[in-house]
Amino acid sequence: MTTHPASDSWFKRTTQRVNIPPVFYFLIVVFIFSGVLDQLFADGQIFTNPLIMLNIIVRSVALGIVAVGQTMVLIGASIDLSVAYTISITAVMSSYLMQGRNENVPTAILGVFGIGIAIGLANGLIITKLRVNPFIATLGTSLIIKGIINATFSNYTGSVPQTFEFFGYGMIGPIPVSIIILLLVVTIGWFILARTKFGAHLYGVGGNSEVARLSGVRTDRVVIAAHIFCSLTAVLSGIFLVSLMRSGAPWVGPNGFYDLNSIAVAVIGGTALSGGKGSVWGTLAGVLIFGVLSTAFNQLGVNPYLKLVFQGLIIVLAVASYTIRSKKEAA
Amino acid sequence: MTASTISAQGSSTKFLRKLWSWIRRIPPVYPMFLLIFITLGFLNPKGYQTMNGIMTYFRPASPLAVLAIGQMFVLAIGGFDLSIGAIVTFCVLASSKFLANDPANALPNILLLIGMGVLIGLINGLVVSFLKVPSFITTLGMMMVVRGAALYYVGGAPKGYLTDNFRMFGRNYIQDVPFFTRIPYSLIILIILTIIAYIIFHRTNYGRQILAVGDNMLAAGLSGVKKKLVRVMTFIICSVFAVLGGIMVAGYGGVNVTIGEGMEMQAIAACVIGGVLLGGGKGNVINVVFGAFTLQAIVNLLNQLGLPKPYTDAVQGLIIIGVVAYSALSTMKKR
Amino acid sequence: MTLVNSTSAADISLKNGTVMEVRNICKRFPGVVACNKISLDFLPGEVHAVVGENGAGKSTLMKIMSGAYTPDSGEMILQGEHVSFSHPQEAQLKGVSIIYQEFNLLPERTVAQNIFLGREPGKFGTLDVAELNKNAIAVLKEVEADQLISPTALCSSLSVAEQQIVEIAKAISFDSKVLIMDEPTASLTLTEVKILTDLIMKLKARGMSIIFISHRLIEVFDIAEKISVLKDGELVGTVITKDTTPQEIVQMMVGRELDHYFPPLGIPEDFGEVVLRIKDGGNNFLKDINFELRKGEVLCVAGLQGSGRTELAQALFGVVPFKTGTLEVSGKIRNIKSPPDAIRLKMGFVTEDRKAEGLLPMQPIRDNILLTVRTLEPLLDFIFKDGIRNSRKLVPTLANQVDLNADTFDREAQFLSGGNQQKVVLSKWLSSKANIFIFDEPTRGIDVEAKAGIHDMIRRLTKEGIAVLMISSELPEVLGMSDRILIMRDGRIAGELPAKSTEQEIMLIATGHSKDQDANNLAAVGKE
Repeated sequence: MTTHPASDSWFKRTTQRVNIPPVFYFLIVVFIFSGVLDQLFADGQIFTNPLIMLNIIVRSVALGIVAVGQTMVLIGASIDLSVAYTISITAVMSSYLMQGRNENVPTAILGVFGIGIAIGLANGLIITKLRVNPFIATLGTSLIIKGIINATFSNYTGSVPQTFEFFGYGMIGPIPVSIIILLLVVTIGWFILARTKFGAHLYGVGGNSEVARLSGVRTDRVVIAAHIFCSLTAVLSGIFLVSLMRSGAPWVGPNGFYDLNSIAVAVIGGTALSGGKGSVWGTLAGVLIFGVLSTAFNQLGVNPYLKLVFQGLIIVLAVASYTIRSKKEAA
Repeated sequence: MTASTISAQGSSTKFLRKLWSWIRRIPPVYPMFLLIFITLGFLNPKGYQTMNGIMTYFRPASPLAVLAIGQMFVLAIGGFDLSIGAIVTFCVLASSKFLANDPANALPNILLLIGMGVLIGLINGLVVSFLKVPSFITTLGMMMVVRGAALYYVGGAPKGYLTDNFRMFGRNYIQDVPFFTRIPYSLIILIILTIIAYIIFHRTNYGRQILAVGDNMLAAGLSGVKKKLVRVMTFIICSVFAVLGGIMVAGYGGVNVTIGEGMEMQAIAACVIGGVLLGGGKGNVINVVFGAFTLQAIVNLLNQLGLPKPYTDAVQGLIIIGVVAYSALSTMKKR
Repeated sequence: MTLVNSTSAADISLKNGTVMEVRNICKRFPGVVACNKISLDFLPGEVHAVVGENGAGKSTLMKIMSGAYTPDSGEMILQGEHVSFSHPQEAQLKGVSIIYQEFNLLPERTVAQNIFLGREPGKFGTLDVAELNKNAIAVLKEVEADQLISPTALCSSLSVAEQQIVEIAKAISFDSKVLIMDEPTASLTLTEVKILTDLIMKLKARGMSIIFISHRLIEVFDIAEKISVLKDGELVGTVITKDTTPQEIVQMMVGRELDHYFPPLGIPEDFGEVVLRIKDGGNNFLKDINFELRKGEVLCVAGLQGSGRTELAQALFGVVPFKTGTLEVSGKIRNIKSPPDAIRLKMGFVTEDRKAEGLLPMQPIRDNILLTVRTLEPLLDFIFKDGIRNSRKLVPTLANQVDLNADTFDREAQFLSGGNQQKVVLSKWLSSKANIFIFDEPTRGIDVEAKAGIHDMIRRLTKEGIAVLMISSELPEVLGMSDRILIMRDGRIAGELPAKSTEQEIMLIATGHSKDQDANNLAAVGKE
C-alpha cells in the first residue's frame, strides 16, 4: 500500500486516502450551520420546505455553469476575467436577435455561441501567442466587450419568446430544467477533465507546462481550447439568465460578479490558482455553499448587504482552511 | 581624412550614441503620455493647451494616480489588492451618511476613514502572511466585505449629500495662481503623496525590501528581510492610499452606489502602463503616476474624438493588452 | 541523424554487441570543458556505473546521451545506428531514458496519469481510464511494484523511493533499451536501496542496459559490473568491478596536478578564540554535530552529495534550525531560529544555489549588495543620506574587494555572468560586516580565473579575523583552502582531518571506506 507518513495527522491521512477535497466537509458544515440557524430563528421551516431547497439550486445554476468553465481554465494555470461581460453580451445579443419570436431562436443561439467561441479564441491567442499575462489579457478583453455592449445597448433589449422561457422556468416532472442543465454541464465538464486526453493534457499543462511539453503535449492548443470552453459556459449562463429575466440587460454579468465569484467557488472547491489541480464536483460544492448560505440568509431576512459581507468572509475562510496547512508562502 | 576630423567625428558619434542609449531607456509611458496629451491639445486647444484646461484634466486624474501608487506597492511585493475599489465606494457612501450634512463632522470622518484603511490593510496583510491565503483571494474577499459593509451602513442608497468642506479635496481649486491660473487641490495632494511615496519606496530600507520580497522571496528571507512585517506594512499603505484617493473621488464624483467599482482594475492597468511587472520586483512611483495620467488622457481623448463613453472601455482594454504584450515580447527578445 | 564519415563505427558496434556507444564526445560551456573526447561502450544486460567528482563531466555526458544537450562533436551509436537527439523526447522514443534526481512527475496526478502523459489510451480523443490503469499495472508489474504501488495513487502521496519506481516504470513503458539514472540512491533509506537494487537486477536480466551515476562506492561495488571513472571531463578508464577495489577507484578519481595555486593556508597561532561552537546538535536530518570554529580559520566541510553538509549550514543559519544541542556564538549560548537571528549574530550565508537563494535578479547590483546592510538597519531609515554615501563609497569598495568588474552598478543582477553574480552575493555579506561566513560551494560553476579571485578573497577575510566555514565538493579546493577539514556522511560528522591531508584520505572517510572505519561501517549496514 502507498505509504503515508505517520507524522501526518490522522485527518490528513484519511482525507488523502479517499481523496475528498476539504470543500465537501465545509459544505456539510455549512449545511449543519444553516440548519442550526434554521432551528433557532425560523423554527426549522427552511430546510423542510422543498420549494426553498429547489430555490437554492436554481440560484446556483447561472454561477454554477460558468464556474465549470472557470475551473477548467484555472486547472490550466490560466484565468478568465472576461466571463461576466461575456454573459452580458450573450444576454443582450440573444434577446435582441430573438425579438420575442420563436423562429429567431436558432439564429440567436448560433449567434451567441459564435461570439463565445470568438471571445475564447481571442483570450487564448493573446495569452499563448502574445504571451500576455492571463489576468491582464482577459481583463483587457472584458473591457473591450464592455465597450461594445455599452456602445450598442443601454437598456433591456429585445425580448425572449415564451417558449424559450422553458429554459429558465420549465420543469421536467418535479425537477426544474435549469437544474438538469446545470448537472449536464457539470457532467460534461467532469467528462472532459477525467475521461478525455484533452483533460489529462490540461492538468499536465497546468501542473508543469515544461513536463507536459517534454511529453509531447501541444501546450498552446490546450490552453486555447480551455478558454474557448470557458467562454462557451459563460454564453450558456447568459442564455439561462436571459430566459429567466425574459429580456437581456447589459448589467447582468457584472452585477452578479460572475467573474470573481466563479473564481472564488472554484478555489473554495479545491482548484488551485496555480493550476494542475481541481475538480468540477468541488466547484459544484462551492457553488452549493454559496447557494445554501444565500438562501438561508434570504429566508432569515438577513440584510442583503450583510450577505455580501459574509460571502467575502466565507471565501477567505474556506480557502484559508486548506492553505493554512501548506508550507508555501503566499504573495 | 585628417586625424583631427576622424577624432572629431568619433566624439560626435560617441555623444550621439550615448544620447540614443539614454533615449532608449526612457520608459514607454512618457512618450505615450506626451503623444496623447499633445493630440488632445490639437483637438481641443481650449481644453488642453490652456492652463485652465490642463488643470481641469488633473482633477480626476489625480485620485486615479493616488490609487495607482498604493496598488503599486502591493504589486511590487508580488501581490494584488482587489479591495481598493470597494474602499473608494465605502469612502463615498459612508461619508454621505456619517457627515449628516454637518461640516463639523468632516475631520472625524476623515480620521475614521483613514483608521479604517489601516485596519483593512492590516487584515489583508495578516491573512496573506499568516493564513497563507493568496492575496488575490484575500483582497477579493475583503472587497466583498467592504462593499457589503458600505451598502449595509447606508441601507442601499446614499443618504444625504457630502458637505462642501469634505468635498473640497476633490473638487476645489486654488484660484488666481500666477501662470497656472488655478490648481486643483487634488493635484496638490497628489504631489505631496507622490513625494512621500517616492521617499518611502525609493529612499528607505523598507522600500528596497519590498522589491526584494517581490523579486525573490526566498533570497530576501535568507538575507534577513522580515517578510511578514514588510508585507503587512505594504498592504496598509495601499489601503490608506485608497482611502485618500476615495476622499478625493468623493469630491467631484456623484454619490451613487456604483462609484468606485472597477477602480482596482484601473489602478492595476495604470501600474502596468507605468512599467510595473505583475509578479513583483519592479516599480517606480513616478512612472506609475504618469501611467495613471496616461490612462486618464486616453479616456479623455476618446471622449474628445466623439467616441461615446462605452468605446473608451474597449479601447482601454486594447491599449492595456497592447502595452503588456509589447513589454512581454520585448523582454523575451532580450533573452 | 548525422551520418559521420564512415559507417564502420556503427558496424563495429554491432559486431561487439553493444547497445549504445559514444565516441569522442566533446562539450564545452563558457569557461569550462565539460566533456573532452569521451568514448564509452555500453552492453545490454549490464549495469555500468559512471563515477567521478562533482564537475568531472558525468551529468553532462548523461544529458547528451539522453538528448537534453547536443554535443559539440563526437558521435553516438544506438543499436548499430548513428543517432543524434535534438530533444529528450526523441531519445525516449528511440529507447534511451533518463531519470534525474529531481523527478519529472506531476504531484497532483496519479501514477498511471504520470506514466502515460501525452500517450493516453483511448479512441476519438476520449481517455480509457480502465485501459490506462491496466497498462500502468502491466508496467508496474514489470518492475514488480504492482503490489506496492497503486496506479490510482497520487504521486504526491508516494515516498521518494516509490516515485523513483514510477519514473522507472515510465522509462520501461517506452520500451527503453538504455536506462540512465542520476544518483538514484541519494535520497533513499537502506531498505529502499535494497529494493532498488533488486529492481535493477531484474531489469538487467531482461536485457536493459543500465547506466548510473553515483558517489556511493558501496553501492557501486554492489550493483555495477563495470565502473568508468571520469575526471576533469575525460575518461580515466573503465574497469571491471570484481577486478578492482574502492581504493583504486578513488585513486583514479582524484589523482591530478593542481591547476592553480591556492593562497597560503592560515597559521594556527593566528587563529583567535572560538566564535562558533556546537555541541550535540541535531534535527530531523543531522545527528551528533560537534565542532568548533575559530576566528581567522577556514574550516572546510567535505562529504558526498546528501551527506548533510548543506543541512548543516541551514541549521547554523536558522533556515532549518537545530532541534537539539547547544549553539554558542562568541561564547554566549544562542538560539538561532530564523535567518534574521543569525544575521544579527553577525553570520553570513553564501548559499549553494546563488541564483535561487542569493540574488535578486531584477534589482540592480547596488541594491543586491546593500540588501543585508538594509535589513540590519531600521526599516524606515532613510537611505537618502546613507544611500548616497553607501552607493558612492561602500559599493565600489566592496566590489573592489571581490574584484567585481561592472561598468555600472545599476545593471540588473540577472544579466551578469555566473562568476560576477557570485561576487555580488559575496559583497552583500561583506557589507553586513559578518564575522562568521558560511560558504556553500562558493566556486561552483565558476571559471578558473574567477575561482582564484574568490579564494584569495576568502583568505583575505580570514586575515581580518573572520571565521569561515566552507562547504565544498571540489577536493583540490578543500585541500587548498582548509586549515581543518570536517567530513560528513549520512547526516553525521564522520571524521576530521588536519590541513595538508590527501584527497584519498578525505574520499575514503566520505565514502565510508577508510581502513579503520570499514569494520564499523559494515557492522552498521548489517544491522539495518
